[in-house]
Amino acid sequence: MYFRYLGRELRRRARSAAVVAIGLALAVGLVITVTAAASGVNAAQGQVLSSLYGVGTDLTVTKVPTAGSGGSFSFNANPASRAQAGQAFSQDHLSSSPGLEVMADSDVTSISALKGVEGATGALVLNSIHVSGSFGSFFGGGSSSSPSATATPTPTPAATSTPTAAATPTASATPGAFGITSFSVDGIDPAYPGVGLLSGANITAGAAAVQQWFGEAQQGTDGGEIALVSSSYATQNSVKAGSTITVAGTSFTVVGLVTVSETDGADVYIPLSQAQTLADDASDVNTIYVTATDSSAISTVQSEIQKLMPSATVTTASDLASNVSGSLSTASTLANTLGTWLSALVLLAAFVLAVLLTIASVSRRVREFGTLKAIGWRSRRIVGQVIGEAAVLGVIGGVVGVGLGVLGAFLVTHLVPPLSATVGATGLGGSSTTSTGGGFGGGGGFFGGRTPGAFASANPGFARTFTDRTHSVPVHLTAPLSLEVLMVAVGLAIVGGVLAGVLGGWRAARLQPAEALRRVE
Amino acid sequence: MYELKKLSRVYPKGRTKVAALSGVDLQIPDGEFITVQGLTGHGKTTFLQMLGALDKPTSGRIIFDGKDLGAMPESQLVDVRAQNFGFIFQNYNLLPTLTAEENVEAALVPLKVPTAERRVRSLAALAEVGLADRANHFPPEMSGGEQQRVAIARALVKEPKVILADEPTGNLDEVTSLEIVALMERLWKQRGMTLVLVTHDTKVARRAPRTAVITKGKLAMRDNRAPRVATTKPGSTPGSAQPSGAVQPA
Repeated sequence: MYFRYLGRELRRRARSAAVVAIGLALAVGLVITVTAAASGVNAAQGQVLSSLYGVGTDLTVTKVPTAGSGGSFSFNANPASRAQAGQAFSQDHLSSSPGLEVMADSDVTSISALKGVEGATGALVLNSIHVSGSFGSFFGGGSSSSPSATATPTPTPAATSTPTAAATPTASATPGAFGITSFSVDGIDPAYPGVGLLSGANITAGAAAVQQWFGEAQQGTDGGEIALVSSSYATQNSVKAGSTITVAGTSFTVVGLVTVSETDGADVYIPLSQAQTLADDASDVNTIYVTATDSSAISTVQSEIQKLMPSATVTTASDLASNVSGSLSTASTLANTLGTWLSALVLLAAFVLAVLLTIASVSRRVREFGTLKAIGWRSRRIVGQVIGEAAVLGVIGGVVGVGLGVLGAFLVTHLVPPLSATVGATGLGGSSTTSTGGGFGGGGGFFGGRTPGAFASANPGFARTFTDRTHSVPVHLTAPLSLEVLMVAVGLAIVGGVLAGVLGGWRAARLQPAEALRRVE
Repeated sequence: MYELKKLSRVYPKGRTKVAALSGVDLQIPDGEFITVQGLTGHGKTTFLQMLGALDKPTSGRIIFDGKDLGAMPESQLVDVRAQNFGFIFQNYNLLPTLTAEENVEAALVPLKVPTAERRVRSLAALAEVGLADRANHFPPEMSGGEQQRVAIARALVKEPKVILADEPTGNLDEVTSLEIVALMERLWKQRGMTLVLVTHDTKVARRAPRTAVITKGKLAMRDNRAPRVATTKPGSTPGSAQPSGAVQPA
């Protein structure tokens, strides 16, 4: 009797029942789609971040240099020198990535000993700058010894040799021209490939040699002058596995090529000890990658590291999410804020609609319920009938909503154009940046500090070359669905239906039979 | 058996109060057929709802089988209604989404009668009112007379002690009205239950041994077996009406 009455009643008022069910279905479908899209956006963010900071990395420890810290370097050349005028030069400079203060690699050991830390490894993130060109000539007739206003600087990184070209005085002042190229070099500990930048790497060439290198490193040998090169850098510079590459004047044998997810990590990876030697940062690292034993331990580990190294910046993956900008960030904002609010609003509207239509239905059936009370039906049975009807609409709305949600997720996955994720300058990771300058005015002494601020203020245009280490990465947005989300969404629809039924049933229960029977329909 | 003592029902109407029933005293022995007459709005339906435990008195007492219905909570009154009273309404009040058989069956639901037995008893009740072949029809597919027969079957199926009919012929033509009244009279005689029938029709009212005439909430009894010259028109002062409870049941 219960189900026959329920089913026929719903058929009798099919139109309003359909409105309630469709309303709930739309709300559920939207909730599923938005949740799936948000999940996809978060996954994309995670993908971008993990490619930069390592899949297995939960925390990253860095230090921001204090203003004015870091040694200055100057080109070992005298622009006013008559001997150098008009001579060609070529110099390399390898320095810690701007924005990163070095830390002792004993900090890695200290962090490894902390509770909740599964593993930690240090890295030295460096920039290799290659400057080549020729000095300008501003010594008319070779007789003047005073510096010209158009003196051409000759960048000579301290770590590299001074150009040895012989001076060739010229008859008239001519500006010099030079080019600057830079690429990023990461000194990694090959004994811990599972933590840090290479944890998410895909070895595209020389896999066996790379694995052998890692294996030997775990046995205590760093492999010497061995390098891994990113696939994109290798393509641009025609580097292959087995070829050699020069970093700060030292040749390294390329054992393999790697792709770090969709973003470029560093251009070149060399053993940490080699990087430390080349950068004159012996026993120093400037980034420590940490893996926690489990996700719940991350915040504890973060605070423990912060206690251990008060001046360090301890960043978790969730902190890093704020560094992601671009259309992916916009999509994230849309999914997480607008989408959530929109879902909540539609859900609320659907609930209100369901409640109002159910109450309206009860109002139209007052005499019917009065009759049932007159023949002995208890209020709770009548309320149960109303709730049952509304709950069935909730179930229908939920099921249809799941279909709409799956369709929405499908459309998001297949129709949304690729998004771009831009990761701001943090000094981590890195990609090749190339700048070609020429005709600099002003004297030497820039590169005077490793602090980005000081660097930037010294020469903003040049500083951009080193501090804007941003990545714009195309990201394909997916909208993954999970059983939990689908069940919660259906649950929401049923709750909406039951809520409407309870409120409608409550009105029905309050009816006095005599009053209900007097009501004219 | 009913025993009404100083029964009053006052409804608030805006800032004033309207006495639908005022100081009604009456006894209705078991098995009596009694009709109720009165002008519209004078308290007939309120009187019937009091008898059916659908409403409670403002003052006074209404005793049914020794129980004061006015003092019982709704949770107990619902059981009293389910077990003892069969209602018949002017508008039939059938559930449009249920078949004739299911409408009748609905009266047995609160009595927790097993499903199979419910169906057997419902079909038997429909057969008793001449609608065995209409059991699977829905109310909108039936005539007014047929719908009222279904309502009668629904009232009878649980074998109540009292049938309370509120103008059951009010929406029917004269021929059908007489058929319905004849049916109810026949069932009353066969089953020996108490029948209280509200009607505007004096011819119908006179078929009962006595009639309760309600005027502005006041009740007076009229003996329909007395000579016709002694009767009183509904709405007028029932000067010759017998005192409450003075008439013996048929």
